[in-house]
Amino acid sequence: MVMAEGSEGARPADADRAPAGTGQRAAGGLGGSAPLLALRGIGKSFGPVQALADINLDIPAGQVTALAGDNGAGKSTLIKCIAGIYQPSGGQLLWNGQPVHIHTPKDATQLGIATVYQDLALCDNLDIVQNMMLGHESVKYGILDEISMELLAKQTLRDLAVSTVRSIRQPVGSLSGGQRQAVAVAKAVMQEARLVIMDEPTAALGVSQTELVLSLITTLAERGHAVLVVSHNLTDVFRVASRIAVLYLGRLAASGPATGFDTQSVVDFMTTGTSSRLGEHRKSALSGGFTSGTEGWTDGN
Amino acid sequence: MATDRGEEHGGQSQDAGAQGGVTVTGDPLGGDTPPTEAAVVSSAPDLLADSLADYTRIWFRRVRSGESGALPVVLGLVAIVVYFQISQPSFLSASNIANLMGQAGFLITLAMAQTFPLLLGEIDLSLGFNMGIGATITVWMVSIAHPFPTWVAILAGVALTGAISAVEGLVIVFLRIPSFVVTLAGLLGLNGVLLWIYEQTGSVGNGGVIQLHNNFINDIVSGNMSPVAGWIALVVVVVLAGVFMITRDQRRRAHNLASPPLSVTLLKLAVMATIGVVLLLVLNHNRAASLLVTLEGVPWVVPVILVLLAIASILLTRTKFGRYMYAVGGNAEAARRAGISLSRIRVLAFAICGVLAGVSGLLYASLLGSISNNVDGGQYVLYSVAGAVIGGVSLFGGRGRIVGAVLGGFIVAVIYNGVILIGLGAAGQYIWTAVVLLAAVTLDAIARRGSSAT
Ligand SMILES: Nc1ncnc2c1ncn2[C@@H]1O[C@H](COP(=O)(O)OP(=O)(O)O)[C@@H](O)[C@H]1O
Ligand SMILES: [Mg+2]
Repeated sequence: MVMAEGSEGARPADADRAPAGTGQRAAGGLGGSAPLLALRGIGKSFGPVQALADINLDIPAGQVTALAGDNGAGKSTLIKCIAGIYQPSGGQLLWNGQPVHIHTPKDATQLGIATVYQDLALCDNLDIVQNMMLGHESVKYGILDEISMELLAKQTLRDLAVSTVRSIRQPVGSLSGGQRQAVAVAKAVMQEARLVIMDEPTAALGVSQTELVLSLITTLAERGHAVLVVSHNLTDVFRVASRIAVLYLGRLAASGPATGFDTQSVVDFMTTGTSSRLGEHRKSALSGGFTSGTEGWTDGN
Repeated sequence: MATDRGEEHGGQSQDAGAQGGVTVTGDPLGGDTPPTEAAVVSSAPDLLADSLADYTRIWFRRVRSGESGALPVVLGLVAIVVYFQISQPSFLSASNIANLMGQAGFLITLAMAQTFPLLLGEIDLSLGFNMGIGATITVWMVSIAHPFPTWVAILAGVALTGAISAVEGLVIVFLRIPSFVVTLAGLLGLNGVLLWIYEQTGSVGNGGVIQLHNNFINDIVSGNMSPVAGWIALVVVVVLAGVFMITRDQRRRAHNLASPPLSVTLLKLAVMATIGVVLLLVLNHNRAASLLVTLEGVPWVVPVILVLLAIASILLTRTKFGRYMYAVGGNAEAARRAGISLSRIRVLAFAICGVLAGVSGLLYASLLGSISNNVDGGQYVLYSVAGAVIGGVSLFGGRGRIVGAVLGGFIVAVIYNGVILIGLGAAGQYIWTAVVLLAAVTLDAIARRGSSAT
């Protein structure tokens, strides 16, 4: 695992102009312990359509990993493979270094993986507490224990520094987009998720709402959760992510510490799968990743 | 428009976060910010207000922006009552009010029953004939030929209607057929079954009618609580409600949670007590037409309805099942992802609807003193939907309260009673109900447009 980590960290760290020390520090921070979730050679095809091929990615705890990519690159498909909605056609998922099979969304939940989808799946007619506790209500003598649930919800929101709601007894339908996102995340956190996956959390949000969600993401990572954020908003990605992975046409074009990237290189990876802003040997190493680079991975393992 | 509101909130968050950089810090859920329009509009004023004055202000703002709660229903009821009273001064006489309570009993129960499927965005069209079948079984079981104990007969009728609806629920869930279609088949099929039961003559009824010879069932509508018992019951209910509400508020305050101001709670109790006192004063009056007998007290059907209301309210607002009803009706996909079994909730909702239909049938038989194969199930199911919708239960699921259904069912009964009293026949009754129903849904639609436009 250390090797895999090393090689993954090494590529983009090598691949950019940032001081080498930064990359090493990031990789070093993980040194010795397995990432919370590791994807090894994950592929997914829908009939003849190869949506994902040979994805190798480490998602460490306590860090925000951003998954970038153009529309149709396979971002949603990848997180659905992790969340148990799709079965990967090939490859392996390692949870704390142990191979796991996630067949259903319930399997994912039981492992501690919570996914906040773009549609959020909140009940607009229920209030914030009711939504956060949905499916996990506390009950005394058959009657809902509203006070303990409200205290728990309040504490969770406080821990996440969500401070903009006037009353946690207001229906979720009356909240702004960012607040709804916050409620969905808080719900995931409350159910003891260790990995929180968020699909395009800031799409369709205004500037200040985006701010709220980004700070929430940072808080999550600070509290030790692994966070995987799907986004193609590069400003947001650079604001919160300590690691970046870029998908291009179903393949991993690049991945590594965020310090190893700049906006232009990520754009290049997103749009062409390679970046000319890299040194020659790195460019070939990365473009090699599309074809034979996978062998390097297997070797690394 | 939701995003507009969002920007408002966001504006605050950005200000708060401006000093703190990325992380939004500040007093979480701080109560010192003034309530924003959006929050005020959509949440209960109870938990936002700090005083009675504040409560009133928030309440009025809600009404103006379309979230008027029970207000239009109550105003509509008052308007209708005033109109009938002017047209026919005997409308508010003690004997007519007692009469009205009897008629309202089964209509209110039907509206309550229909509320359960409606909260899921489903509908039970077979309710009316299901009610007729349940009543027939019960009345048949206590008829002279079959002296079953009363409670066995009642239980059998209610269990049968509950089972019939549960089967419809199972068909809806497992064959994935819309409830509209399944219960439409139920409406036709159960009408057939009802007729068939009476065709087995010799054993059942006489010319399609079975007389009810059972004092207990008869007395639900025709019997009255003694005046003293009525007063005692009122005091007990108000005191219990007061103790419950005030201790709950105190517990919330002890945990530092928002709770309604004491004045608001007391006001609610006072309103409740006043309605009870007025009703008792009127109904405890001797309303017998002859001097030789006394006829006084609250008909038993009133406490029966109140008990049903209490049980249904607790079920819907204070249990997991009730929470899941609203969740499934509000967003079925979200409920499913939260691990809620949609099938279970749907089947249970239909079963409860059937049980309440059975109770309604019992009240109906008690009102008529008989039951026949002539039960107008098609009409009554429409009244059940009308009652629930007038009371603010949404046809699209997730919205509405059981107390609204009770009020709505009561309005249907008031029209039913008043139109006959002022001498209009069935024609007037249908047209009145139609107008009120339309007015209710129009108000609701305007309210919703109003609130989504803020
Ligand atoms: N259920 C599916 N059946 C067939 N093709 C699919 C399915 N889901 C996704 N795809 C294909 O997989 C590719 C990646 O899609 P997606 O993961 O949604 O991209 P992204 O989320 O990055 O925009 C697209 O070409 C898309 O058409
Ligand atoms: Mg997508």
